[in-house]
Amino acid sequence: MAELKLIDGYPEYMRESIKLVERTRSKRIGKLPPQMTPDEREEILNRYHPDYAPGGKRPIKIGPNKGDIAPNEVVDLLEAYPLIAPEEIDLSKVDYDVDVLIIGGGLAGTSAALLANDCGVPVEKILLTNKLRHGDSNSIMAQGGTQAADRPEDSPVIHYIDALGGGHFTNKPDVLRALVEDAPLVIKWLEKLGVMFDKDSEGNFIELTGGGTSKRRMHACRDYTGMEELRVLRDEFRNRGIPCLEFYPAVELITSSEGKVTGAVLWSLETGEYKIVKAKATILATGGFGRLHIRGFPTTNHYGATCDGVVLAYRVGAKLRDTDTVQYHPTGAAYPQQIIGLLLTEKLRTSGAQPVNKDGEAFVFPLEPRDVEAAAFIRECYDRDKGITTPTGMRGIWLDTPLIDIINGKGTIERSFPAMVRMFRRFGIDMTKDPVLVFPTLHYQNGGVETDPQGKTNVEGLFVAGEVSGGVHGKNRLMGNSTLDCLVFGRRAGMYAAEYVKSAKSDEKLTLEHVKKYVNMLKEAGIKPERKAPILLPEYRGKEVLARKIDIIY
Amino acid sequence: MKEKSIMEEIAEANKAVTKGVDEKDIKHWATIYIMGKAYKVPADLTIMQAMEYAGYKFIRSCGCRAGFCGACSTVYRKKGEYKLRAAMACQTRVEDGMYLVQIPFTPAEKAIYDITKEEYDPSVLVKCYPEIMRCLACNTCTKSCPQDLQVMDYVQAAIRGDFAQVAELSFDCIQCGLCAMRCPAEIVQYHIAQLARRMYGRYGLPEEKNLEKRVEEIKEGKYNKEFERIMSLSSDELKNLYTEMQRKREVY
Repeated sequence: MAELKLIDGYPEYMRESIKLVERTRSKRIGKLPPQMTPDEREEILNRYHPDYAPGGKRPIKIGPNKGDIAPNEVVDLLEAYPLIAPEEIDLSKVDYDVDVLIIGGGLAGTSAALLANDCGVPVEKILLTNKLRHGDSNSIMAQGGTQAADRPEDSPVIHYIDALGGGHFTNKPDVLRALVEDAPLVIKWLEKLGVMFDKDSEGNFIELTGGGTSKRRMHACRDYTGMEELRVLRDEFRNRGIPCLEFYPAVELITSSEGKVTGAVLWSLETGEYKIVKAKATILATGGFGRLHIRGFPTTNHYGATCDGVVLAYRVGAKLRDTDTVQYHPTGAAYPQQIIGLLLTEKLRTSGAQPVNKDGEAFVFPLEPRDVEAAAFIRECYDRDKGITTPTGMRGIWLDTPLIDIINGKGTIERSFPAMVRMFRRFGIDMTKDPVLVFPTLHYQNGGVETDPQGKTNVEGLFVAGEVSGGVHGKNRLMGNSTLDCLVFGRRAGMYAAEYVKSAKSDEKLTLEHVKKYVNMLKEAGIKPERKAPILLPEYRGKEVLARKIDIIY
Repeated sequence: MKEKSIMEEIAEANKAVTKGVDEKDIKHWATIYIMGKAYKVPADLTIMQAMEYAGYKFIRSCGCRAGFCGACSTVYRKKGEYKLRAAMACQTRVEDGMYLVQIPFTPAEKAIYDITKEEYDPSVLVKCYPEIMRCLACNTCTKSCPQDLQVMDYVQAAIRGDFAQVAELSFDCIQCGLCAMRCPAEIVQYHIAQLARRMYGRYGLPEEKNLEKRVEEIKEGKYNKEFERIMSLSSDELKNLYTEMQRKREVY
């Protein structure tokens, strides 16, 4: 069978729809559909957002959040048996004896290591462990920017209200306040470390808005914001010589006889051996859960985003919150097939790109908060039947990117969105000339392990930072607040862990009692040992291969 | 009932991406050679997806899966061609007759420096990385860059000590290491670029003035009163305030 004929990347029938988009383009400039009222937002969320649509969730049967609702894919992991049998692990031989153990090396983990060191913990008393390489994280993929209210017409209070409204007023107030008040400080810190934020010739930041933000406060580095921030912090980390392990995920936390967290069991993905880390304080910075493909959605997340941290923390008794909400980014790539689900930054819309249906009509204000925008796209495709169906059966709506150059001047797209342009060009599409097809994609774990403003959890010795934590964003996060969350609470966790270890005992016992107790709870709840967690990596191998796979040599 | 069917329809449409490709849905095939061994794979997949389809479970050589992390460096030749090409496996579609291997790691020596103590002097780059003077200007680095950066040009700029030029030309570098693996002069281009960008970001770009002032204001507690007021509002009052602020928002 012949391959589908493509004209500049699109099949002919999609070209027909693009013509309609081109026809309305000039008329749409400056004429945006109105913003929705809170009531309208609520109605569209209830009917079309995957979090609110029936099904897909169930109550958690055991543990501190028993009875709370969470996506089936998450509950499956909370109600799963451990990977290791406690009796087979020799805790008497300690491989690393440190003050601060950090699990996860994205922006949060790396910031935590640097601040712990700044606050007096010597490098040899810090250990950062990674499941994959140092920096393999969702942080490095962040494109749009980092929020900080630093313009004279803006203020941390306005930032606070924006984030609170975006989170449907469910955010934890004291944690949110810490986020917005530390934001300018964090940008200053990065600037001093050499992060190249977009600036005009006088040194003023070029700041944009985001969905649901009332002021321009997004600090970007082209569309490689997370990558630039992370590679600078990682370079600083390496200059200081902080010890770092790679391909060593944590498979269980370790607790003292009183239930304090006193380290972790790491497991080598490459050799299969385990290592025992004894730590006075442990900072979980393991990121989110996109690779669980909640409700069957594709994801923007990196390969290792499998909810490990939440699973580990829950077993030591850490409380979770806002487990019932998941963020779907409105603009995931829907075409071509090779990049389905990958992120198209919100900065495209803040720079003027408009969502448009198959007839070339604008149907939603382009900068609603992410959940509202995503719900509007789903309605357009699946209820009003105004989406464009791809050759593989996906539906999507157009994001009219050429508008960006028309509004801001030719060359803006190439200059401000090199990553986006490059991605589409690799698959034969020129987004400076043609619109691109988008559909909501699984993007962010809104909830997680409950934290206080110092990054502390309800379990002594356990700190959390970044996407694994819950509370700061409530039930929906705004653009530019995730890199900020990682930076603010990574730094705070590092700082307060450094303070905590000064008075922490160094002769704590190492036990896996909590694992045994958890297994008993699972059994008492009648949960069969069918699943194990954390899963560490998702499964994408071909079905034909797996069906005939047998393990003969070890 | 309707909402439920929408979610099911969406999940069904995404099945190939979330659960793996089903053989019966495949219309076009390609034969690729992974480290010399032939595999028949769906022609619409990326190199990464095709290797998974073939049965590989990645531990190394797979990171963000979106072109940002540089984990999946791949080199390949196409049947009948002399040219050795380089690509990111997650961002490149398979082609029939591709002979490929992945490069999971680049041995590379990184200079150690304290960015707060280095002087903003053009000689810093050569001091930290004297081997850049060995550059033959052969352009192999540029040809091997999967981001299509002008790598050789920025190495030349580094020799001249032109921080701005190195920073500008290297900004989109994902540090995959392919340039360093191909360089006959054994230069580690991406480390040099990292140092140059940090020097330029810290010393070369003019400092933002509003920022410093805002940091001071927060430190002095300028917003404490306003925060206390806002945090004591009832939920209805907060909602009204929020709605009003959204109405007056800056759009672009």
